[in-house]
Amino acid sequence: MSDAATIIDTATTPHVSKRFRLQWEEAQQSWVLLYPEGMVKLNQSAGEILRRCDGARSVIEVVADLEQAFATTGLEADVIAFLELARKQQWVDV
Amino acid sequence: MNAPQTPAPQTLAPQPGPPLWLLAELTYRCPLHCVFCYNPVDFAHTPDELSTDDWLRVLREARAAGSVQCGFSGGEPLLRDDLEVLVAEAHRLGFYSNLLTSGVGLTEARARALKDAGLAHIQLSFQDSTKELNDFLSHTRTFELKQKVAATIKDNGWPMVMNCVIHRLNIDYIDRIIDMAVELGAEYLELANSQYYSWAMLNRDQLLPSREQIERAERITNERRARYGDRIRIFFVVPDYHETRPKKCMNGWGNVFLTVTPDGTALPCHTARMLPGLAFPNVRDMDVRSIWYDSEGFNRYRGDGWMKEPCRTCPEKEKDLGGCRCQAFMLTGDAAAADPVCDKSPSHHKVVEAVERAERGEVAVVERPLVFRGPEESRRRKAGLLQPGN
Ligand code: SF4
Ligand code: SF4
Repeated sequence: MSDAATIIDTATTPHVSKRFRLQWEEAQQSWVLLYPEGMVKLNQSAGEILRRCDGARSVIEVVADLEQAFATTGLEADVIAFLELARKQQWVDV
Repeated sequence: MNAPQTPAPQTLAPQPGPPLWLLAELTYRCPLHCVFCYNPVDFAHTPDELSTDDWLRVLREARAAGSVQCGFSGGEPLLRDDLEVLVAEAHRLGFYSNLLTSGVGLTEARARALKDAGLAHIQLSFQDSTKELNDFLSHTRTFELKQKVAATIKDNGWPMVMNCVIHRLNIDYIDRIIDMAVELGAEYLELANSQYYSWAMLNRDQLLPSREQIERAERITNERRARYGDRIRIFFVVPDYHETRPKKCMNGWGNVFLTVTPDGTALPCHTARMLPGLAFPNVRDMDVRSIWYDSEGFNRYRGDGWMKEPCRTCPEKEKDLGGCRCQAFMLTGDAAAADPVCDKSPSHHKVVEAVERAERGEVAVVERPLVFRGPEESRRRKAGLLQPGN
């Protein structure tokens, strides 16, 4: 299956798939992905990554932005691993 | 990330989460007459429908209380000519809005207006099991209608989601149902086995499929999944009568779902109104937040404090929360009993017997004709001329 291949690298510019709507939910204090009659509640990391995936920024830019926002380093591997998973769930397209 | 976590406030009793799912039943009026309709059997007596302003207020209150998915259903919601106004407000408030329709009345102009209003999704349903589906399968007017509506849905960039209620009389055509859904370009197909409430309960003996029929249908569904691959995602929901553990009804009473009926009654589940001795609040008198957190109707079967044996001490109670309250009431007369689908229930034999009748093919199609949903029939039932079957 094509799913097995790893295709996200630092130059990829992922965006949230048209099939989903990403939005902040005040009542749940979290980012959620909405789709026909359903919802995925995202944890904080997932929400912070996805909200930066606008199809313009590359993975390396997303990582840099996150590291700056959260005053930390070394997020690249985690971000790529999450985006691979998100792509397999069809949450993001590349 | 390493953002500081605020500690959760201490609470004594577990506070339910928000009513994430708002089901707005805009009207019980409907051009169709389904044998499995879950609308109340006495629907023709529903007093005045909520006004546009009432619904706008309900949408705002529900959104403020944390609702995020909104389903507009009925009856046939397209019979309300303020549907576009309600959809627009839902969209403005940040709801993900779903329209559950038979497609009757979805003209291109209306579809365009709904799209402009921000409608996120349409679920096209096969509603009238015996006639509508037959007409569909035999490529008559219904097929043409669905084909036209399906094209309209796709032209507007909506995902194409179809829903078909499955039962004894159509389950053997499941291969053709799937093929034709693919032909219409459906991306999702939900084959939901009928649940036995209201109109479907009256017709239960005619609708309950045999185990063999279900196994065959599941096998065919799997074959079709393999054949069509990514073109269509097929969901097959088995009827709970054939199980030994009940479903966690509505994902827990007052846990996620809030239904508002055409006259404004707020319910934790669209069939809950049948339960005796429970006063359900009306959105005309109470705001959504108080309804959800404070009303007796919503609190009665929350969590597990209300349970009796065998549920009370059951190690599995978290998993299904004792099943469906309506099913417990319909089959045992006690809404706080275990759902008789559970084989630990002392009334489990009632479910087994119904299934056995289905196995033996003892369906009284001739002596007990199907009861078609319609205003006439509804009035007659209210007048007590006909007793619900069991
Ligand atoms: S189930 Fe059928 S009869 Fe009942 S509201 Fe829906 S379309 Fe109308
Ligand atoms: S006894 Fe009650 S709680 Fe236990 S599995 Fe059966 S229905 Fe669920």
